[in-house]
Amino acid sequence: MSNWFMLTLVGRDRPGIVASVTSALFESGCHLGETSMLRLGDNFTIMMMVRDCGDEAALRGTLQPILEHLHLVLHVDAIDAVLHRRPVPDVCIIVHGADRAGIVSAVTSKAAAAGLNIVDLDSMVGGSEAAPIYVLQIEGVAAQGAEAIQTALEPLQAEGVKIDVRPIETFVG
Amino acid sequence: MPVLQILTYPDDRLRQVSTPVLEFDDALERRIDDLEDTRLSGPGAVGIAAPQLGWFERVIIVDVAGRKKSSSHGHLVLVNPEITEWDGFTMGREGCLSVPDYTGNVVRAERIHLQALDPQGQPLGFDMEGFEARAVQHELDHLDGLLFLDRLVSRRQDLFARKSYK
Ligand SMILES: [Zn+2]
Repeated sequence: MSNWFMLTLVGRDRPGIVASVTSALFESGCHLGETSMLRLGDNFTIMMMVRDCGDEAALRGTLQPILEHLHLVLHVDAIDAVLHRRPVPDVCIIVHGADRAGIVSAVTSKAAAAGLNIVDLDSMVGGSEAAPIYVLQIEGVAAQGAEAIQTALEPLQAEGVKIDVRPIETFVG
Repeated sequence: MPVLQILTYPDDRLRQVSTPVLEFDDALERRIDDLEDTRLSGPGAVGIAAPQLGWFERVIIVDVAGRKKSSSHGHLVLVNPEITEWDGFTMGREGCLSVPDYTGNVVRAERIHLQALDPQGQPLGFDMEGFEARAVQHELDHLDGLLFLDRLVSRRQDLFARKSYK
């Protein structure tokens, strides 16, 4: 029986975090499953599936010196073994326009009502300080098809937000 | 018709370079039937290449008909296929019967000209683009011992994306 944990580490980014954490886990006999790291501003976060680390106390003990050294916050959840549970996105939504409050909320609410399950989302503020622009990229599974999402987001276009809804075709062969 | 076992990564045989078909006989037709039956048994497979079944000759099948956004030449059995012209680049998502449960971004030529033989040994020529051109390039890679994993590009980057950081 392998007991899986999901680790979430959060902190200020600096070079070498992933190497330090994964080395400590490896040296203590932990096995790494899937991982996902993100950086936003100066902040770092990573989610890692690990197993064979003993119980939660043992796992925290393994990582404690690194958490202190790198000033990271650790969150641990016991999870089911969940490798191979990736939904394949079939739609990509790209939104951009002058930065304004509520764009993400408006887009994701309307898209969710039209059947979108978000798999990946990334938003950025670019442009100049005086004239910031907003770019939002979403990938997801469109349960009611890409057209339904297109139609649902149409009213936002009229408000000056540029929205592209494109199907993602995955070739398999 | 037998549905054959598909070799899966990291099986070394997927790295083998396949040899041209020299004999256009009944045995070839039968093997092509097996290849097609195996393709149809796969989950949503648009194409298949002979070496995925451990048959190391240059035969591929693609059929992108039914993809409403793509132009296509329908169901194609291509023997000794060869791309003679490439034009443009496009990024798209690929998966593979030999690499279960993984998809990734791959850059391919947008348009190609393809020469091949049909199962009777008669010459064929096609101008292809988009999804069909991608399918042929993916399958042709199998004939040369390559997988889409060898061509993965960053999942977070568009083909010509330029990101500016303040
Ligand atoms: Zn393949």
